[in-house]
Amino acid sequence: MIHATVSLEAKGLELWYGKFQALRGISVVIPHNQITAIIGPSGCGKSSLLRCFNRMNDLIPGSRVKGEVLFDGRSIYGADVDPTEVRYRIGMVFQKPNPFPKSVFDNVAFGPRVNGIQGNLEERVEHALRRAALWDEIKDRLHKSAMQLSGGQQQRLCIARTLALEPEVILMDEPCSALDPVATLKIEDLMKSLVEEYTIVIVTHNMQQAGRVSDMAAFLMMEEDRAGTLVEYGPTAQLFTNPKDKRTEDYITGRIG
Amino acid sequence: MKNGLAFQRHLKVRKIKGNVLSTLFLLATLTGILVLIVLIVDVFKDGLGWLDWQFITSYPSRKPQEAGLLSALFGTLWVMALTALFTFPIGIGTAIYLEEYAPDNRLRRFIQTNINNLAGVPSIVYGLLGLALFVQALALGRSVLAGAMTLTLMSLPVIIIAAQEAIRSVPQSHRLGAFALGATRWQVVRRIVMPTAIPGMLTGTILAMSRAIGEAAPMIAISALVYLTFIPKDPTDRFTVLPIQIYNWVSRPQEEFGHLAAAGIIVLLVVLLTMNAAAIFLRNRYQKRTEE
Repeated sequence: MIHATVSLEAKGLELWYGKFQALRGISVVIPHNQITAIIGPSGCGKSSLLRCFNRMNDLIPGSRVKGEVLFDGRSIYGADVDPTEVRYRIGMVFQKPNPFPKSVFDNVAFGPRVNGIQGNLEERVEHALRRAALWDEIKDRLHKSAMQLSGGQQQRLCIARTLALEPEVILMDEPCSALDPVATLKIEDLMKSLVEEYTIVIVTHNMQQAGRVSDMAAFLMMEEDRAGTLVEYGPTAQLFTNPKDKRTEDYITGRIG
Repeated sequence: MKNGLAFQRHLKVRKIKGNVLSTLFLLATLTGILVLIVLIVDVFKDGLGWLDWQFITSYPSRKPQEAGLLSALFGTLWVMALTALFTFPIGIGTAIYLEEYAPDNRLRRFIQTNINNLAGVPSIVYGLLGLALFVQALALGRSVLAGAMTLTLMSLPVIIIAAQEAIRSVPQSHRLGAFALGATRWQVVRRIVMPTAIPGMLTGTILAMSRAIGEAAPMIAISALVYLTFIPKDPTDRFTVLPIQIYNWVSRPQEEFGHLAAAGIIVLLVVLLTMNAAAIFLRNRYQKRTEE
């Protein structure tokens, strides 16, 4: 692995939903222009951790964060930081494709519009759709409803929607779990091409997928009080072939989880 | 084989049960339609002959041949227009605040419970409130404005609840998707929630207005006039409305006034159906726009 600079860093991160502690003492370093996978059994806090990176947990009433998340060395939970600014620079793709009930064009143009981005909107939308490997399929249907696309197309549209803002990081929360194998492979190929320009963090419950696409992997498990903790973190190849922790080995070989 | 036969017989009984019940349900449905048909036929038989241009363009009179409902019709249109103007922004605003902004705490639940209760308060109570608050305390007099504000109070809970339902029907995943693109809460409301929720909001508003248009009780409570020989020119003028005019004609002993009442009901029904049609038109237009 070539040495990469740090994009995101969590330091002693703790997360509560009301009285329930969802994450405990998470410290990870997410490198620039690499794909980092967050893996672990259901309910271990993978998605919660991902949502800490763009402050989406702020939208859940009763959620509290302790510790630090640094983005390019700056705390994103600082008092002077606007969460909309964080989400503008750190995009997110969700588990289930969630296109807006608008046209394909309006979906991709949504981000630039709400953020008041000047310049040629048509070009920006086309570029984002091309980058998401969707342009050729739907260039004739730009003004048709996005709800008419197939599941895989919808998910690539959601990726294009994120790309239209030219973010620095893309967070993906099990982006293929609602898709068939062919659509899944398309998204994986897309991720591999996007990582040249973007930093990608992906939550997945699919070990093969983590093995196929990611450079780094973080393995989370929950403790007895169901709070998620980081068990092991390192280059994917090392984590999968030579795990340091017995629990990682058990999980990867399918003995638990 | 024996089992099979037993099963067959059982099936027959179940089929008969199903047929009997579906017939009963059909009869139940027909009851409503039948009553409506009888009502419309009866009203049209009594009133259609009396419904002419003279009836629409004349003021009330002691002579049935010369009487009309011009002042009541305009009074109703005035009151409805003002009520819509007041209720839509206040109702939608309240619903948006409660659903999208208010933290889920005691105060919110207290407000919510009260809105639900207010929706069930009898209209005459709103009439008395309007009399005390708008006519007397705020010294608006027995004016169009006081009447519209009274109906606004009466309609608001229904509109708020309908708008809240419409807002709740917007999938949370759409909101999250917009937030993740750096949208502010207002932008999420304006660009994601509103387009999807507007048709439901309009339907709720029109239904509440349809109820308000036929209300006589609160208008009687604030003493809208019966014999009005002018059209209200501004919101501070005195007024009367169609239900009061109809009620007044119905309560007279002479048969001719009964016919006038029936003709008045036809006019009221036409106004009401026009409003409903407008609501459906608007709803369809918005729905089309969001689906395209």
